[in-house]
Amino acid sequence: MANATMNSQVAGASSTVSFRHSFADRRTLGNSILTGLAVVLSLIAMFPLFSVLYMLLVKGAAMLSPTLFTELTPGAGMDGGGISNAIVGTLVVVLVATTLALPLGFMGAVYLAEYGGESRLATVVRFAAKVLTGLPSILAGVFAYALVVVTTGSFSALAGGAAMAILMVPTVMLTSESALRAVPAKMKMAAFGMGATRAQVVLKIVTPTAVPGILTGVMLALARAMGETAPLLFTALFSDYMFEGKISQPIASLSVLIYNFAGSPFEHQVALAWAASLVLVAIVLVLNVVAQIATRRPEEHG
Amino acid sequence: MADSTLKAPPGPDLSEAFRSSVSRPPTAWQKGFDVVFRNLAHAFGILVVLLLAGIVLEVMRHAGAAMGTYGLRFLTTSTWDANRADFGILPEILGTLYTSILALFIGGFLGITVALVLSQGFVPRRVELVLKNVIELLAAIPSVVYGLWGIFVLVPAVRGPSGWLNEHFGFFPLFSTRLSGPGILPASLVLSIMILPTVTAISREAMAAVPKRLASAAYGLGATRWEVIFRVVLPTSVGGIFGALVLGFGRALGETMALAMLVGNANVFGLSLFSPGNTLAALLANHFPEAGKVEVGALMYAAVVLMLITLTVNALGSFMMLRATRELKGLS
Repeated sequence: MANATMNSQVAGASSTVSFRHSFADRRTLGNSILTGLAVVLSLIAMFPLFSVLYMLLVKGAAMLSPTLFTELTPGAGMDGGGISNAIVGTLVVVLVATTLALPLGFMGAVYLAEYGGESRLATVVRFAAKVLTGLPSILAGVFAYALVVVTTGSFSALAGGAAMAILMVPTVMLTSESALRAVPAKMKMAAFGMGATRAQVVLKIVTPTAVPGILTGVMLALARAMGETAPLLFTALFSDYMFEGKISQPIASLSVLIYNFAGSPFEHQVALAWAASLVLVAIVLVLNVVAQIATRRPEEHG
Repeated sequence: MADSTLKAPPGPDLSEAFRSSVSRPPTAWQKGFDVVFRNLAHAFGILVVLLLAGIVLEVMRHAGAAMGTYGLRFLTTSTWDANRADFGILPEILGTLYTSILALFIGGFLGITVALVLSQGFVPRRVELVLKNVIELLAAIPSVVYGLWGIFVLVPAVRGPSGWLNEHFGFFPLFSTRLSGPGILPASLVLSIMILPTVTAISREAMAAVPKRLASAAYGLGATRWEVIFRVVLPTSVGGIFGALVLGFGRALGETMALAMLVGNANVFGLSLFSPGNTLAALLANHFPEAGKVEVGALMYAAVVLMLITLTVNALGSFMMLRATRELKGLS
């Protein structure tokens, strides 16, 4: 259909073919206007990113000082203080989450790439992982609340880590699966030919080769998890004190700090929220860039 | 190493030669470990399915009592009073759908435009890749940071224009109130920024999958770039683009922090873009940390509603994507 209308237009345009670009031609003019509009809209779409980064640099960098990284969050209306408990807290929660999510995600990926194939069970597992990717992060928090907080009777770093792990599992699993699948079949065949068992092939040949891809997935999952606030609000809660080695207690985090202080009537707390945002975004962007570089390398080698 | 096998002296004791070389049959221990490892991998695969089922069942179990008490009335009334234990989430359901649909219009339109610019040869390939990464970084900014940005940059920025619109076009339902601070419009704008990368990435993939010779054929007939886009590229990739929109919609429905910070948390629903409202996810974020036992039950019920909506929309989106890729494969 599209071809038919185009043919008639071309035939009707003129009998002498001209390759000259002229805005007197309505089609050329329309084409240029649409192109200009598309470029303007694309710039508008990218504007928020630059605005956010600009504000972070202006408002966040003003607060940067050594004490920011060494002191605890100040109480309402007090000056000074820092965000050290939140930085440490975020790292602890993310560590707990990775410890929970990595084995599950990796072994799930091994199942999908090496054993499951296209079987019915593998299809169901893959579908479940895809559905989990779309799970709103706040629902992961609700689940961790029901499972951990209600059971143990207190908010804790463990509950926060569990909520975050649920968000990390599908990313780790699906990226690891494609990394494991990308290992050349020749290498596996060679190992099988030497009499290796499948377990040996997976652990000694496939996994070491796929490590860069798996790490990329883990880093992307980490970057996403680190910025999450919703699952921590009512699992890890917040704490004004430094982490003391007990993951059974509430813990501070950068994201919850930003949320709590953003609505604060005290200017100093709002300023700390900007500083915390700068630190958080810096960590997240570095993780993202490293992950992108790590994925790009194999393509360059051919 | 393989040489040693070849050079093994020919003799009656060939098995000994094989045993000494690199290749040999696995020992009993290795065979046993292989079986354990295989079962372990299966178990972890099944565990992911159980995790999903567990999330659904556990939240439903905790919502059970509230579901029995409030029944379907919960979905159609609009009070949220913890003291009188009277709960209804109609404004939240409507607010969730309203903000997400607005975000879908703005973010979807911008997202598809960006996908076109990044896939139809408007800019050199190198620039295309750089811009694609910039759009991906847009998705990397945590939603709580967008919330902070929204409070201090976006809300002040839209306050002026919204006041003018209200003054001159106040009869129009969309502009019938004044923006006092947080509200539907700033929330939807941030939401559209947040779904834009999803829409762009997925629809760009669908556009890139359109066979090059289709576009070349149209160019050969003398079509301009935008004629090719509107009559060849978009119609061919329409399935994937719709899938991208549905998945973006699913993301918008479940997005929490930016909304909790920007939507105003008022238990009302109005059509005006400048009125405060609430969404299901924002309700959970704002009430859960300090909720008592009865309120937690009601919140669990709200979580079930949110879960049903998002899982349905996401399953629909994934299904559409699956069908679209299958159709495109048939073309090339």
